[in-house]
Amino acid sequence: MTKNIVDVNNVVRTFGDVKALDGVSLRFEPGIIYGLLGPNGAGKTTLIRVLATLLKPTSGSATVAGIDVAADPVAVRTKIGLAGQFAAVDAYLTGRENVEMVGRLYNLSKHEAKRRTEEVLERIDLIDAADRQVKTYSGGMRRRLDLAASMVGRPEVLFLDEPTTGIDPRSRLDIWSLIEDLVAGGTTILLTTQYLDEADQLAARIGVIDRGIMIAEGTADELKDMVGGSVVQLTVRADDRGAVADILRSVAGDDPKVDDSNGRMSIPATSARTLLAVAGKLEEAAITPDDIGLRKPTLDDVFLSITGHVAENTEPEKKRAARSGR
Amino acid sequence: MTATTVTGGDRETVQSPIGRMLRDIGVITRRNVLRNVRLPQLLLFATIQPVMFLLLFNYVFGGSIGRAPQLAQFGSYINWLVPGIIIQTATFGASQTSVGLAEDLQAGVIDRFRSLPMARSAVLAGRTISDLLRNAFVSGLMLTVGALIGFRYQTSFVQLIAAFLLAMGFAFAFSWVMASVGLAVKDTETAQTAGFIPLFPLVFASSVFVSVESLPDWLRVFADHQPVTVMVNAMRGLLLGEAALPTGTTVGGTVTAALAWIIGILVIFFPLSVRLYRRAAG
Ligand SMILES: Nc1ncnc2c1ncn2[C@@H]1O[C@H](COP(=O)(O)OP(=O)(O)O)[C@@H](O)[C@H]1O
Ligand SMILES: [Mg+2]
Repeated sequence: MTKNIVDVNNVVRTFGDVKALDGVSLRFEPGIIYGLLGPNGAGKTTLIRVLATLLKPTSGSATVAGIDVAADPVAVRTKIGLAGQFAAVDAYLTGRENVEMVGRLYNLSKHEAKRRTEEVLERIDLIDAADRQVKTYSGGMRRRLDLAASMVGRPEVLFLDEPTTGIDPRSRLDIWSLIEDLVAGGTTILLTTQYLDEADQLAARIGVIDRGIMIAEGTADELKDMVGGSVVQLTVRADDRGAVADILRSVAGDDPKVDDSNGRMSIPATSARTLLAVAGKLEEAAITPDDIGLRKPTLDDVFLSITGHVAENTEPEKKRAARSGR
Repeated sequence: MTATTVTGGDRETVQSPIGRMLRDIGVITRRNVLRNVRLPQLLLFATIQPVMFLLLFNYVFGGSIGRAPQLAQFGSYINWLVPGIIIQTATFGASQTSVGLAEDLQAGVIDRFRSLPMARSAVLAGRTISDLLRNAFVSGLMLTVGALIGFRYQTSFVQLIAAFLLAMGFAFAFSWVMASVGLAVKDTETAQTAGFIPLFPLVFASSVFVSVESLPDWLRVFADHQPVTVMVNAMRGLLLGEAALPTGTTVGGTVTAALAWIIGILVIFFPLSVRLYRRAAG
């Protein structure tokens, strides 16, 4: 027996000669949100699909709630809920019909399915739209409904694949608070995201995945320490770079980081004061930057600091278009 | 199902695997039926188009085709046409099975289903059963409209029912062929064309609209032996009697051949669909 609710051991999954997962291991305890952070094509969806028993790993093993996903997928399915990367709700059914159907398929009685449907629709604030066909819903409403459907069976573990990608900022906040409520209620959540701020906001633990490999793991603070928190970032004309590098060195006490692809320079910022200090010295030297600002660390920074390259979309363009083109 | 139901706490669950499977099939079937009813283009495709076919063929071609010596003996062309058009509708209608499945695959709906503790068979069974229901409705409509414009079966009521059931058996079996197509191609547009285009020779190089005796020899070999002709002939045998069949064939013989086709198609395409379904998402 393991006390980890999700335990992934050296999982490899290939598609032809694409290694979507190249020996991924991760484990975490019940009751938390685990955030899996990575760019498009990193292997996030593949890992979720392995854990949700939709794909068999090519090699390696994984357990969910102590049950091996390859050996006993049927038992795993009674423990999990899945909200995929694209809302899998039925446009021609009403919101209520969608959720109730999933409830029935979780082996709930008609009465219980109805009762819980009301409960989750209330919770995601879709009661007023419940009897409208989903084709009239906005993107954010669909995502929320999809979440509702994944919750209706009260699963122990919820897999949320990019729950806020492509939706408006307000719906994003709604979904965040919903996720926080769920965890407060005892559900364990594995969510994937491309946004560090989302993982930062929600996840107790974060794993960073790139090209099928886990490249870093830790709490949000640990990761940010790795990146170095906020930065002052600026772009200047090529012939000013030498002088600006000196200025940055004098403020930071260390060499600035330079992104070779675009010549953008950055130094760690303790507060807005760092920015003011840099601005003051630029002013004295009569250098006008093309662009300057205080920036919170992003996924790009995590990647830059861990891999030495910025995060790239490794998924072929055509395929992504085909899959998101609905 | 009451017998297999237990109440435990706030959850009331069906325990027996068969009970659960039937319940899951019912849930998925209901969902598909709701979609069929609410999707305007589906409803249009399923009802208006076959009725239009029936009326057009009867009134536009009926005059000339119907006077052909082989057909003239039935009095009116409509008697010849109705059994044919019911099978034609079932054949074309089956492409909805492939499109529906491809759509669900593409939309991630099947991923959701596969992550649920539901009976695996329910997705395919629910799809083919809901398509069967649609077919039963449309065939009933064809018979009604046909009757309004002069169709009269020449045999017994029992044979009318037998013909209807035979047509439904074919519709169901053919639905599994198209299920395989949809699961193999996985996207709706390809399913549309891949599933639809091969149906044209099946439907038109057959005895649906004309007697195959009018076809050139090379085409007739195909037309005589392909399932649509066999089905249509069996329907005609049941509805109009032996006189409606090509010389040398009997009603019993054609119906047996038709049943053999239905069983043969199911034996091949049922397991194939199940295999493709397992593979499609995994
Ligand atoms: N069914 C599939 N067939 C072939 N390649 C796939 C399939 N699913 C994913 N891939 C490939 O595996 C890699 C990881 O994809 P995915 O897990 O979807 O990444 P993410 O969800 O992080 O964007 C990508 O290169 C993708 O093209
Ligand atoms: Mg993905």
